[in-house]
Amino acid sequence: MESGSTFVTPDMQAAVGTRILRRVSYPVTASDIRRWAIAVYWPQPPPQRYLDEDVAPAEFNPFAWAVADQKRHPASEGVEGNDPDRTEKQIGVAGPGLKFQLNGGISEDYGVPVRSGDVITSESSLAGYTERDGRLGRMLLSTTEDVWRNQGGELVKRSRFTLIRY
Amino acid sequence: MREGDSIGQFRRRTGFAAWNRYAAVNSEFVPIHMDHEAGRAAGMPGAFGMGNLQVAYLHCLLRQWLEEQDRSGRVGGLSVQFRSPDTGGEVTATGEITQVGAERVEIALTVLDQEQQRLATGTATVELDH
Repeated sequence: MESGSTFVTPDMQAAVGTRILRRVSYPVTASDIRRWAIAVYWPQPPPQRYLDEDVAPAEFNPFAWAVADQKRHPASEGVEGNDPDRTEKQIGVAGPGLKFQLNGGISEDYGVPVRSGDVITSESSLAGYTERDGRLGRMLLSTTEDVWRNQGGELVKRSRFTLIRY
Repeated sequence: MREGDSIGQFRRRTGFAAWNRYAAVNSEFVPIHMDHEAGRAAGMPGAFGMGNLQVAYLHCLLRQWLEEQDRSGRVGGLSVQFRSPDTGGEVTATGEITQVGAERVEIALTVLDQEQQRLATGTATVELDH
């Protein structure tokens, strides 16, 4: 790519702030919490509190496998999960057409913990774009923000996920 | 608890056995984490582990450290940047205290592979109970 050029089209820039997905979890169970802890501490056993108590570790994901309800952007129908342009296509915008993608990082701020019985609602949106020149050439970094709240409206987590494409 | 103190290590052997278990709870059955050919097609040496699993290991490290300090508290926030793929082997999550306050501790985080290559770096804020 030529110096000074950009992967970010006007349509991509205009789409910043667009909601991508709203999900509502099934009620979290103690079994969900146990299995999560067993997997992340494996092969050692997890701390006993995750087997006995109803509070999930901060990094727990209540949306794995299935959700009680979800509302995607109408354009997301048929967009392939591993398509590098998925970020844009799922909100009805043409992507930059890059071939490779990597998890560039994640930033999380936590509120109240997830407990057994909680129903968590997630709302994710496109937060922005930056670009950087690295050993793989010009790279596009797109950030998605995901906000989780529990059934009482309390903030559980605010995450910002960075996808690197090149 | 002082600036510059290590918070210890959380070490695990990664590979398909660990990645598959994590995929099973995080519903993260992505070909690049399951299949060497898919990993190579993505420009990597082969299949590689989930960044989210490294994030989980860092949370485990922080909780382990709090317990060793005999302190109650919680991870208030954490930020991680991925540097290299975890292609399997021994992975070590480590950290060093960078700032100590009355209510919170700032920690610099690193995830290393068995060759001491950095897989991920980051920062965390641990909020202490009184």
